[in-house]
Order: sequence, then structure tokens, then C-alpha cells
Amino acid sequence: MEFLGVSLALLGMFAGFGLLIGILFGFFGMGGSFLVTPALLVMGYPSRVAVGSGLAFVFGTSVIATLKHRDLGQVDYKLGVSMIIGTTLGIEVGKEIVLHLEELGLAGNIISVTYVVLLGGIGLFVTYESLKGGGGVSHDVEDADESHDVPALAQRLQSYAIPPMLTLRGGVQVSLWLVLAVAFATGLLSGFLGVGGGFIRMPALFYLIGVPVPIAVGTDLFEIVFSGGIGSFLYAQSGGVDLSIVAPLLAGSAFGARLGSAATSLVDEEGIKVYFGLMLLGGAVAVAVRQVGDAVGMPVLDTVSFVMIIGSALLVSGAVVVSAIGAMREEGREPAATSQAD
Amino acid sequence: MFGVETLGPTAQAVALVGMVLVEAAVLYVGYGALTRLVGPHVDRFIRGQ
Repeated sequence: MEFLGVSLALLGMFAGFGLLIGILFGFFGMGGSFLVTPALLVMGYPSRVAVGSGLAFVFGTSVIATLKHRDLGQVDYKLGVSMIIGTTLGIEVGKEIVLHLEELGLAGNIISVTYVVLLGGIGLFVTYESLKGGGGVSHDVEDADESHDVPALAQRLQSYAIPPMLTLRGGVQVSLWLVLAVAFATGLLSGFLGVGGGFIRMPALFYLIGVPVPIAVGTDLFEIVFSGGIGSFLYAQSGGVDLSIVAPLLAGSAFGARLGSAATSLVDEEGIKVYFGLMLLGGAVAVAVRQVGDAVGMPVLDTVSFVMIIGSALLVSGAVVVSAIGAMREEGREPAATSQAD
Repeated sequence: MFGVETLGPTAQAVALVGMVLVEAAVLYVGYGALTRLVGPHVDRFIRGQ
């Protein structure tokens, strides 16, 4: 039986995968799109479809997240709008690189290798930081306030007053060229890999430009709506957005994100963050396994790679759900125990 | 799909991005309503109350 031109089983699988990705995004506030493009590549979709559909998924997810966060209103619109120019240029260049590499027959390999390096690097960093305890930049807007220490690197970069200068919220002045450079770099990443780029943009806004964390989070979200929207549009023009992939993924992920964000008030993120890091490392190994399979002509490694990607997402989102249910049952037992004691 | 194949590349791209946007808005409203309706029952069930 078919719907949207594909089998119901495949639609169900995309919706299920979206649910897992949504739980991760809702709980950790980042990394929703890390595994989508690699999974589509492993499933044999052409690079432009894997990246373009990944971007369209990121766009839909960020629209929903922005609707949820709109009341917090911590967006520096002047910074966000200034970044759109650099982001658009970066996405266009990233897309052209993908299309050119596709013509040369190299796109799948180069994107996969970039994913292995990026997922592996971030996975190692997150695992190391969580084992060390703390560190990194918190994505929790509600817990942060706008007063902050400007990182030393940002202070030094702010001192290079190359005109035109841009005055940000809180009176911070930075060169527009710095803002454009950060936006271009993250746009390039979005256009090349089909990710939102928030995991790079958010720390870059804080460490390089000196934007306070809550405003960096809000502005990042605002940017992802545009980078995802512009990226989807550019790829859709080249036939790179497949609605039969995006629609079920988004339906599953929007529901998962509600479960994930509800779990944040029940489960300690730090206790599970190490699994998130290991999941990213698992994703990197999975993409590498697929590349090895292609190189040595062993199609069975494609299946191994696919199972590893789905399995690692299932493991971490499962840990979130099980921990949340455990915490709720524990809370449910506490009133009974208290009333017995009375 | 949804008849967008008959459109030119730019119109097709606008239609696809528009459909994703509409789906996102519908999911936000729909799941919000579902959470309000069913959420408390599920919450009580899991807590065993």
C-alpha cells in the first residue's frame, strides 16, 4: 500500500526515526539533524536529496521550536538579519559544491567523510566534557540571564574596529565583517551537510562575537528558520527536497520534541549527556562503516551502518524516555509513602 | 506529488517550502491540542494515580 508515492512501511519508518530525533532535539536542545542526512545517504538517496531533505526537515523543526520559544523573545533581530546575508551566501556556495561534487561522482564520499570528522569530533568533545563534568555552553535559555563575562577571544575580536560597526543588544559593538564571516561559515556548513548549523553558530556567537548565551540561543533559532528555509528553497529548485521523506520525519519529530522537552523537567541532562556524545560517535562510526562497505564492495555493511544509526538514536532517546517514566513513577509513589507515614 | 511537478522549478520550490511551513504550523497546533487533551490522563496513568 502506498501514500505520497512510497510504501506505508517506509513512511512509518521515517515517522519513527523522526520521533527518536525529536526526543533528542526536545531534550538536549540541539543535534536534531545530525543523523538525518547520514541516514538518508546510507539508505541510498542521492546526495542532493539527502542534504536538501535534511535542510527542509531542519526548517520545519526550527519553525516549531521558534513558535514554542517566541514568548522568551531573546532574539537580537539586528544581528539575525545581518547574519542572513552571510548565511545565504554560505548556503549557496555549499549547495554549489555539493552539486559540483555530484557531477564528479564524489559528493557522497566527501560528505560522508566530513560527517565522520564532524560527528566524531563533536561526539568526542561532548563525551569528554560530560565525563569531566560540566563545561561547554548551556542551551537552557530559561536558566540563563543576560549578564555575562565576555570570553577573552571575543573581547580581542571586538577590539578590531573594522567599519562598518554593528551595535548589538547590551551595547556591544562588533565589526559587521566578523558577523558576516561567522554567518558565512555556518551557512556553508548548512548548505554542504544539510544541518541547521546551530551546534557551531551558537558557540560562535558566544565565543567569537561575545553575544550573551540566552540571546545567542534565540538568535541562533531565528537564523535556523532562515538558513533552513533558504537552504530548502535552493535545494528544492534542483529537485533536492523529497516531501515523502520530510513530511513523516517532521510529523514524528514534532511529537518527539514535546516528549523530549517534557522530560527535561524530570531527568538530569548531565547524567545522559555522555550517551548523547557516544551516540554522535556511533553515528560517525556508522558513516565510516558504510564508506568502507562501498570501498570494498560489501553491501552488508550498508545494513550494519543503518542499524548503527537507528540503534544509537534509539538507545539515547530510549534512555531519556525510560528515565523520565522512572522519575514520574517515583514521584507518584512519594505522596502515597508520605500519607502512610502521616 | 500534490501536483507540484507541473510547476516550474522556482514555483515548485516555493510550494514545497510552503507545504513544510504549513505542516509545521498544523503539527504545532494539533500536537498542542492533543497534549492538553490527553497529557493529564497519560501523566496520571504513568504515576499510577
